[in-house]
Amino acid sequence: MSMNRRDFLKLTATSAGITAFGGLGFGFSATQARAYELKTAKAKTTPSICCYCAVGCGLLVSTDHETGRSINIEGDPDHPVNEGTLCPKGASIWQTVEQSPRVTKVLYRAPYSDKWEEKSWDWALPRIARKIKQVRDASFQAKNAKGQVVNRCEALASLGSAALDNEEGWLLQAMMRALGLTYIDSHARICHSSTVGALAESFGRGAMSNHWIDLKNSDVILIMGSNAAENHPISFKWVTRAMEQGATLIHVDPRFTRTSAKADLHAHIRSGTDIAFFGGLIKFILDNNLHQMPYVSEYTNAALILTESYGFKDGLFSGFDEAKIAYDRKSWGYELDAAGIPKTDPTLAHPRCVFQQMKVHYSRYDIDTVSGVTGISKEDLERIWSVFAATGKTDKVGTVLYAMGQCQHTVGVQNIRATAMVQLLLGNMGMAGGGVNALRGESNVQGTTDIALVCDILPGYLGVPRASLPTIKDYLAAFTPANKDPKSANWWSNYPKYLVSYLKSIYEQVDPETAYSWLPKVEDVRIIDYSWLSIFDRMNKGEFKGLFVWGQNPCAGGANAGKNRRAMQTVDMVVNVNLFPNESSDFWRGPDVDPKKVKTEVFFLPACISVEKEGSVANSGRWLQWRVPGPKPMGQSRSDGDIILALFKEIRALYAKEGGAFPEPIKGLYLDCETNGAYDAKKAAKRISGTFLKETTVAGTVFKPGQQVPGFAALADDGSTCCGCWIFSGSYTEAGNQMARRDRTQTSIQEKIGLFPNWSWSWPANRRILYNRASTDASGKPLDPNRVVINWTGDKWEGDVPDGGYKPGEKLPFIMLAEGRGHLFGPGRVDGPFPEHYEPMESPLSVQPFSTRLTNPTALVFAGEPKAVRDPRFPYACTTYRVTEQWQSGTMTRQTGWLRECQPQGFCEISPELAKELGLRNGDATILTSLRGEVQVTAMVTERIKPFTIMGETLHLVGIPWQFGWMQPNGGKADSANLLSPSAGDPNTGIPETKAFMVNVRKA
Amino acid sequence: MTTGKSFFIDQTRCTACRGCQVACKQWKKFPSIPTVQLGSYQNPQDLGPSTFKLVRFSEVKVEGKLRWLFFPEQCRHCIDPPCKMTADMYDPLAIVQDEATGAVLYTERTKALNADEIRNACPYDIPRKDPVTGVLTKCNMCIDRVSNGLLPACVKTCPTNTMHFGDRGEMLDLARTRLDQVRQKHPQAVVVDAKDVRVLFLCEVHPRNYHAYLMAEGVKVAPVLAGRVAGGTVLDLG
Repeated sequence: MSMNRRDFLKLTATSAGITAFGGLGFGFSATQARAYELKTAKAKTTPSICCYCAVGCGLLVSTDHETGRSINIEGDPDHPVNEGTLCPKGASIWQTVEQSPRVTKVLYRAPYSDKWEEKSWDWALPRIARKIKQVRDASFQAKNAKGQVVNRCEALASLGSAALDNEEGWLLQAMMRALGLTYIDSHARICHSSTVGALAESFGRGAMSNHWIDLKNSDVILIMGSNAAENHPISFKWVTRAMEQGATLIHVDPRFTRTSAKADLHAHIRSGTDIAFFGGLIKFILDNNLHQMPYVSEYTNAALILTESYGFKDGLFSGFDEAKIAYDRKSWGYELDAAGIPKTDPTLAHPRCVFQQMKVHYSRYDIDTVSGVTGISKEDLERIWSVFAATGKTDKVGTVLYAMGQCQHTVGVQNIRATAMVQLLLGNMGMAGGGVNALRGESNVQGTTDIALVCDILPGYLGVPRASLPTIKDYLAAFTPANKDPKSANWWSNYPKYLVSYLKSIYEQVDPETAYSWLPKVEDVRIIDYSWLSIFDRMNKGEFKGLFVWGQNPCAGGANAGKNRRAMQTVDMVVNVNLFPNESSDFWRGPDVDPKKVKTEVFFLPACISVEKEGSVANSGRWLQWRVPGPKPMGQSRSDGDIILALFKEIRALYAKEGGAFPEPIKGLYLDCETNGAYDAKKAAKRISGTFLKETTVAGTVFKPGQQVPGFAALADDGSTCCGCWIFSGSYTEAGNQMARRDRTQTSIQEKIGLFPNWSWSWPANRRILYNRASTDASGKPLDPNRVVINWTGDKWEGDVPDGGYKPGEKLPFIMLAEGRGHLFGPGRVDGPFPEHYEPMESPLSVQPFSTRLTNPTALVFAGEPKAVRDPRFPYACTTYRVTEQWQSGTMTRQTGWLRECQPQGFCEISPELAKELGLRNGDATILTSLRGEVQVTAMVTERIKPFTIMGETLHLVGIPWQFGWMQPNGGKADSANLLSPSAGDPNTGIPETKAFMVNVRKA
Repeated sequence: MTTGKSFFIDQTRCTACRGCQVACKQWKKFPSIPTVQLGSYQNPQDLGPSTFKLVRFSEVKVEGKLRWLFFPEQCRHCIDPPCKMTADMYDPLAIVQDEATGAVLYTERTKALNADEIRNACPYDIPRKDPVTGVLTKCNMCIDRVSNGLLPACVKTCPTNTMHFGDRGEMLDLARTRLDQVRQKHPQAVVVDAKDVRVLFLCEVHPRNYHAYLMAEGVKVAPVLAGRVAGGTVLDLG
């Protein structure tokens, strides 16, 4: 460095004269004028929604009139959530669209071949259709072994995809169910299925209770099991705004991340010990009388009295059957009075009321034990608990943001149940700035859940039909909840209307009973036996002949990816629909795989990209937002909707010509979702929102057949209406496409909390904050006058759409639960009514202090797959995660240069202490091994990781992002982190435990 | 009184998402460059002809507490740019200053300059030579966007309102207001070299914790934005 370098003061001292000399022009402005013309000035501009996470940011796509290609994509300034801003993934979409190695022709890999060949659609689709028909006809089961009608095809499976729009996804589930598939699953399983299982049990609906903008209304934001700043960057627009108004941000996470860097309080928690943390918090709230009254006694089931048969002892709830490894849940019930209504004690003093039983249950979660299990110091626990518990006042509101850190565990559902209990105790549900906010990770994973590209439900959270339920009557008797409390709305009593309207939406020409009989029926086994991990286990045994993989990459993104890779080689035909080749399309030529030995016939169907498509996607806050297409599909790529329709028409034509196994549903499926031979998203959207099939009068208005229903209140169980997904009903009405609305108008009440009710459309019924009746007292007065969600004016509600239009005090606020009250006690989960700490299936401990049950006794595990439990060969805890600049398995972002440049390769975050023990330096090539496999990555030695003291012993934790794989450019020896993770799942939903397992680490 | 445009970059809000780093490349259609993982989140390692905006990551202990600091680095568009002063000795048209905004703009003619001399003149170590063309490169304030009433791409995309852009007076006011707020939590907070540059960085801890060149070396005292005198000038207080 030279002596005078950067001697700024010296230079500026003489600057005046020099500036005068330098001048400001010399005709510079004139010569540059042309260059200043905006390149986007003459382009066509269309709105779209970002294809990455579920914040659902608005995009403006500029498309050149001459070339038809996009020339610029940036944030939509009018969009209320992102206000024109975008994270690096959103900011790079133009490059993914225009400058990446997209596949734009059909590719085919013949059995035992070592290469792809380019083919035409006209060649590929008939060939796929022929294969599907062969497999289906050969394997179709009209009846099961018990002689029950099942009408199913178990030799085909379909995976994916949250990359599909709602309309496409709905068509896909209809097509798969018409073919008789029961093995249908997707991102919705491995991403947030535990959210659905926990939040539906706790509050009635399995979705984020509030929405992105609402985060600004919080006083305390607890981010736990989420790295929101990195994985949902635009969420921090609203977190930051809350902080500027004085909110406290708390981050509890195994690592110190970009979220921790912004937090007021951060604590390292050992991965997999959230229930210990929350159990301790519940005890802290109850011991210090910090729960909100009368909210708890009136709006939750705290006051309900449990039967004497309920009990809990040493890690097991009453009713456990050791032989079946399952609970008989009959003993987890309420005592009923003579009228059949649960008995209550509003004073909460009855020893068997939920409140007292909860108190007993969590009395064991003392701070010393919690500190010993979680690794968080007692001082930090006390500080965090007291800051968060202070939101139990009506004028203080706290929110919890979480994602995979809570979800992906064998206790995932119970982690989130514990979160939900805390929010009920503190009176934070239904409030602006409150709620339990599940941060969903794909642009339409919420929608994929809603329209049911999953094994356990039909669209709108209707149960999947079972072999033991042969008629609609049987089905409805099993699923429609009953409650005799006149104060309970029990909204699910409308189940018959929603089922029948769904049946009419897919099989319009037949009566509902026939339509029901056409639906495939699952066996009366655990529903998780049909879910993601079970599908791969079954595939590994050679039980599938054909597999669809839509916009998903299970060979990198799925737990135990090595098992998934082996499993796929057993399938005769795999059809991939994607933008880019990935570890799951090219499994036949992966590491240590000899293509000459792989029999699978593989198709790669090129999908077009989001900005080229029309349709709706549901963001995490349940906003259904409409994409307007910008450029046309590149090359020969097509929209998923177009591919689904074209393929199904090929299959239908084969059956029409040749007959075959049970052709009725294939012939009868409603397919009028096209215009001029091309897929028409608007037509599908109308079908999903609902249409009258007969003339009907609703509130004085006469609707003709073919007109759109105004909302789900108009649906009927007599076949006079059809509706593809009842919770979306009202999204496309006679007033037009509500999802495409771009009106920022708000009343002053709405504006204060940022509701934006005229922008897009939110399920259900355009309600922006769920359970909002709990934000008012029995007279309809807001509990917090500074943050009004709804208010009773004396003759009507104002603000948000009330959660049930009843007058104040008329009905209890949690209308989707049979009792109308939020569930502190959750009797519907298969592993217990109260969350209880169990260790991850792979743990550094062989005993844990809360009970002699080390792990969740009902967890989903597979025979012959051992686990590392206090195994000296695998001494380090490992967790997996994502980084801002890559997305999911990296299929798209690894191919986008600007993002790859930010995060080019895999790494492992290691504490300096462990690095020293292992002789590792920052940047060293490092190998991680588990019982399943090994991965080489770069060591990132950082103070942000620190050793834990767990039950008096030192434990090291390492972390590894799962977004890289062997196919990435410049990957070297890198491969997917999921080669390490186990096949173990939550017993309620089957979500895999990828966030806590045991590894060894060594220098390469 | 200095007019024209300025940036205000409130680093207390930055989450290092790197939206700015990528949005810059998107608007300018820069090629992506090969990088490798070297044991840090930061990549590319340095500014360059296709990296005008670079978020630098720094892990430091400040008063015993671990801090992960993020510095969205870019050209400061100095009021009296030393690079231009140096260049003007050879070619007054190589580096020019836009009259309306104050943007410091490098032209094709910088290829004839001595790159090391220009780089060394910069108090913030910003200019980089394009090895292919020989032209000197750095942020141009998105002059095409700004002169058409748009925000620079980096400011427009910033999710957390870390980045601000506008008339200089407004930016100084904003910086001052925000500094007062931030100092309630972080008494050491400063706005760096405010009177000399058009890119005002607010740091919650000493600027050197973020990056060696966040502040100019020649400033002998902790640079603080403290208030203004009657004429509206911002003073450094010692």
